[in-house]
Amino acid sequence: MSAVSVTANGTGAVDAQAAAGEESAGFDIEHAEATEDFETTGTPFVDNPKMSARNVNVYYGEKHAIMNVSLDIGQNEVIAMIGPSGCGKSTFLRTLNRMNDIIPICRVEGNITLDEEDIYTSGQDTVLLRARVGMVFQKPNPFPKSIYENVAYGARIHGLAQSKAEMDEIVENSLRRASLFDEVKDNLDKPGTGLSGGQQQRLCIARAIAVSPEVILMDEPCSALDPIATARIEELIDELKEKFTIAIVTHSMQQAARVSQRTAYFHLGRLIEVGETKDVFTMPRHQLTENYITGRFG
Amino acid sequence: MPTTTLVLVLATLAVAGFYLGRNRSLALASGAGGPQSLHSLPKHYGYMAAAWVALPALLLLLLWTGLESSLLNEMVLAQLPASVRQMGADELSLYFNQLLSYAHGAIDASGLDETQLAAAQYYTEAASRLAVLKTALVFLVGLGGGALALRKIAPAFRARNHVEGIITATLFACSFLAVLTTLGIVLSVLFQAVQFFQIIPLSDFLFGLEWSPQMAIRADQVGASGSFGFIPLLLGTLLISAVAMVIAVPVGLLSAIYLSEYASRRFRAVTKPVLEILAGVPTVVYGFFAALTVAPFIRDVGESIGLTVASESALAAGTVMGIMIIPFVMSLSDDIINAVPDSLREASLGMGATMNETIRKVLLPAALPGIVGGILLAVSRAIGETMIVVMAAGLSAKLTANPLEAVTTITVQIVTLLVGDQEFDSPKTLAAFALGLVLFFVTLLLNVVALYVVRRYREQYD
Amino acid sequence: MTEPDHYKNTAAIQASLKKRYARETRFKWYGRLAVMTGFLFLFVLLADIIGKGLPAFTQHFISIDLTLDAATLGVSSTPDETELFAADFGAVIKRGLRDTFPEVSGRSEKRSLYRLVSAGAEYELRDRVIADPSLIGTSGPVWLMAHAEAGSYLKGQVDTQLPESDRRVKDNQVAWLDELRDQGRTESRFNTTFFTAGDSREPELAGIKAALYGSLFTLAVTFCLAFPIGVLAAVYLEEFAARNRLTDLIEININNLAAVPSIVFGLLGLAVFINFMDLPRSAPLVGGMVLSLMTLPTIIITSRAAIQAVSPSIREAALGVGASRLQTVFHHVLPVAMPGILTGSIIGMAQALGETAPLLMIGMVAFIMDVPGSVSDPSTVLPVQIFLWADSPERGFTEKTSAAIMVLMGFLIMMNAVAIYLRRRFESK
Repeated sequence: MSAVSVTANGTGAVDAQAAAGEESAGFDIEHAEATEDFETTGTPFVDNPKMSARNVNVYYGEKHAIMNVSLDIGQNEVIAMIGPSGCGKSTFLRTLNRMNDIIPICRVEGNITLDEEDIYTSGQDTVLLRARVGMVFQKPNPFPKSIYENVAYGARIHGLAQSKAEMDEIVENSLRRASLFDEVKDNLDKPGTGLSGGQQQRLCIARAIAVSPEVILMDEPCSALDPIATARIEELIDELKEKFTIAIVTHSMQQAARVSQRTAYFHLGRLIEVGETKDVFTMPRHQLTENYITGRFG
Repeated sequence: MPTTTLVLVLATLAVAGFYLGRNRSLALASGAGGPQSLHSLPKHYGYMAAAWVALPALLLLLLWTGLESSLLNEMVLAQLPASVRQMGADELSLYFNQLLSYAHGAIDASGLDETQLAAAQYYTEAASRLAVLKTALVFLVGLGGGALALRKIAPAFRARNHVEGIITATLFACSFLAVLTTLGIVLSVLFQAVQFFQIIPLSDFLFGLEWSPQMAIRADQVGASGSFGFIPLLLGTLLISAVAMVIAVPVGLLSAIYLSEYASRRFRAVTKPVLEILAGVPTVVYGFFAALTVAPFIRDVGESIGLTVASESALAAGTVMGIMIIPFVMSLSDDIINAVPDSLREASLGMGATMNETIRKVLLPAALPGIVGGILLAVSRAIGETMIVVMAAGLSAKLTANPLEAVTTITVQIVTLLVGDQEFDSPKTLAAFALGLVLFFVTLLLNVVALYVVRRYREQYD
Repeated sequence: MTEPDHYKNTAAIQASLKKRYARETRFKWYGRLAVMTGFLFLFVLLADIIGKGLPAFTQHFISIDLTLDAATLGVSSTPDETELFAADFGAVIKRGLRDTFPEVSGRSEKRSLYRLVSAGAEYELRDRVIADPSLIGTSGPVWLMAHAEAGSYLKGQVDTQLPESDRRVKDNQVAWLDELRDQGRTESRFNTTFFTAGDSREPELAGIKAALYGSLFTLAVTFCLAFPIGVLAAVYLEEFAARNRLTDLIEININNLAAVPSIVFGLLGLAVFINFMDLPRSAPLVGGMVLSLMTLPTIIITSRAAIQAVSPSIREAALGVGASRLQTVFHHVLPVAMPGILTGSIIGMAQALGETAPLLMIGMVAFIMDVPGSVSDPSTVLPVQIFLWADSPERGFTEKTSAAIMVLMGFLIMMNAVAIYLRRRFESK
């Protein structure tokens, strides 16, 4: 489990890293080899991980997309993953519920556990895994079905409701938790595609939580929404963390700062720095993080 | 002068026009300060003159060739004595054809009466007079056009724009041909069909349950009147198309789903073109295959389990037609399924649905309108398909829904009624055009609806 | 791993898994089955055609000792060509056959003996003698074309176990043929007749040359009309047409014409070209006109796609140096789009080559023995020839039909291969 020596904590490491940071101002990281020892700055590990990734490498054919990433996601925390586009944050998110399996040329190495259970063993069932680790996508993607059927979909395919009444309850609860119920309760049989963008995204969240996942992965859930709709989703994320563990990829640093407890900064396939959100944004330890946060590149 | 010679002479004149036009522009220019004073290049003036020589004359020639024979017939008909002109349509056409054949030298004078001989004489004379007139007129128009163009040439004249205008008009005419073709189809079938409905009432045609187009030649013949009820043909067509769809839709749709959602890229790259060979096989080959291989096979299998199967069963023709349509359904469904956004696949798979649940519960419902549109297009194909049914389906119209029996179709009847020597105006041939009218409008309707549905479907995901 | 599962739905989902995966596997198999069904159909179709058609490419000959004496021929000892033309070569062959099997007697038995040799053999012999009159008076073995039925026996297609009344080759013929074969007097050769003759009532004399020429003429007319008109129409619609109702009307018409059943085009040809314009029936000219109307939509649609694919920078560059729109299109856009346009046109031509139904309407179903000399001569085309032969009951014609199909498919495959090659080159640019 410790192929890469990651300094869990300690000021010594910080100093060393700060020195390294000055060196890496020239972005030699772009040319760094994947196998080379590279240490993530900050605190990638927590005491009560819900999911943990160790030495994860992802390849798309020849392309090495994720290099040696190790990271814990704590119970009931919101962790934000930020970084310039193409840095691998979405790819990493997708390894957490094996959505990368769909892409034939994609290969994942390393090991990822959910409740200490390896999710990449051959015995692991993607159906069950994806029920436990739900996902919300960049663009709202409701099915061209009624609002009710959209939310009921997961419960139906997994056989979670024994009766119509149970199904109604699941649908209502999920819509309530996604704070959408009051807006759509009279129109449950209307197509989900008829809702506004923000409503559609909340419908997708309702759809995801209808199967009571433990972890919800959100891949830039607000990038297609206007500021007001974004604010509502952010509020919702805040409420959801009471029951769920949430990993959110976002383009917006403000959003990461608003909704997350921890923040992970990715750069060119590497996890550069992880820490308490307020620390990462107020006193980034790695030069690259600082460059990103201060807007030197994006 | 024969038409080909005429065209060649016109071409020569056009070339001459080109040089005349070019030289004239240069000559004018030299008087006005050299070639720079011309608005366009000298060759544009040449092109302009050539176009004015050739185009109007060719147009005239084309029109003339198209109208000549009907004009000639009208002229001969008009000068026949009133007693002849009052004959019945069939009789008159026979009478007229005889004199035409004589005039063309195909038959000798025996068996023709005086009036016919005189009319034939008149026909020959009129034909040669018309030919002379044609040659003269075409030359006149060609030379006149050329002269007009030459007179227009002046240094300030915008010859290049003029020539480009002519070319653009030609381009437009080419694309307008599509409209003319449709118009031609509609008019030609409509015209004959209307004549048909004057003999056979429309309601008998549309609702009649019997089809046996044997018209008596003389009124006193036994079994005189044929019946032209269209329902059995429609049912036969639908029966065979239904069999075809039962084969083509599941095989085509499932292949498309398998190839687009499950198969590896390499398997798909090999399989798709191979299956598409089926679409390139000429229909006459399918007809041969249906008649000589599939039909006997089905009959033998049927008989071995104690069923009576007609040797031209609807099942055989339909099966082979289905095989023909498989690649059609496959590539249409493939397009449609691929148009479903990936985000829907991901949403479903991301919740833990299996691929098959995703396909059945998300992709297919989402693609349904498009698939229905595609199937409508396939049905329209099946209805209009001719050779397979001509070779492998029956001739006698039967009201049955049993695919083991022989039925006939609209297209089979069109071919049967029109192949062979027929009087053009007999109800039998006219009936073929009435069937053609129905066929055209049914397939048109299906296509318009299908294309509309498919387009709406695509717009939904754009 | 030691920790108990917290997830409340684990049990429910795991209970459903077995069934769901079974369904998944089953569904996958349906898909595989569908693909395999398609393959199977294609395989059976091709195997059937090739299996039936291959024997048609060979032809059997029988060697018979003939005496070409002037008396039997009924000519003078130094005959001129016209005399030889009318000479009775049939009698020579009959006598040769009788001499080979002297035991044959009785009219019906003799008649079945004569049926070993093709009816065309005497004409072939005549041509040989006319070319070399010194053969008169000589005698010796001559290879004669076998009758279709005798040939079919020699090819091993006749099941002698069947009762004699159920087969065309009778027992006595079987005995004669066996004897000839044992003496080494039968021979199988490549069937050149099939490629050098027109249609015939006798299967062994029938060939596809007339139909091939008919197809060639028809296709030439189709190409000469459809290609320029189609390309010009595509140029207009892509480059010049204003977005208005008229353009919409034209586009709708093109799309609909692409889906109109081909037989309807035949009706148009019959009513307009033949009855109204009085153009010759059964002629490649009219056939080509009808087929060009039919293929126009294909050519226009593919040409438009090819023109669309030309990068706008080429247009802008040409317009930028002061070329007019026409010059831009004809000098710069069309040459770049040409491979794509040709691909579409070849596919359209392949369609036209395989088309049958509309040609039936305009009377190209005549029995044509002679190669047509021009586009206005009566002729037939390959697919129609296939249709006509498919209707003939003789086994010899079934074989010929399949062989003609193989030739037709060969042409189609070639055309499509060229189209694919062009498209590849086009795409790789």
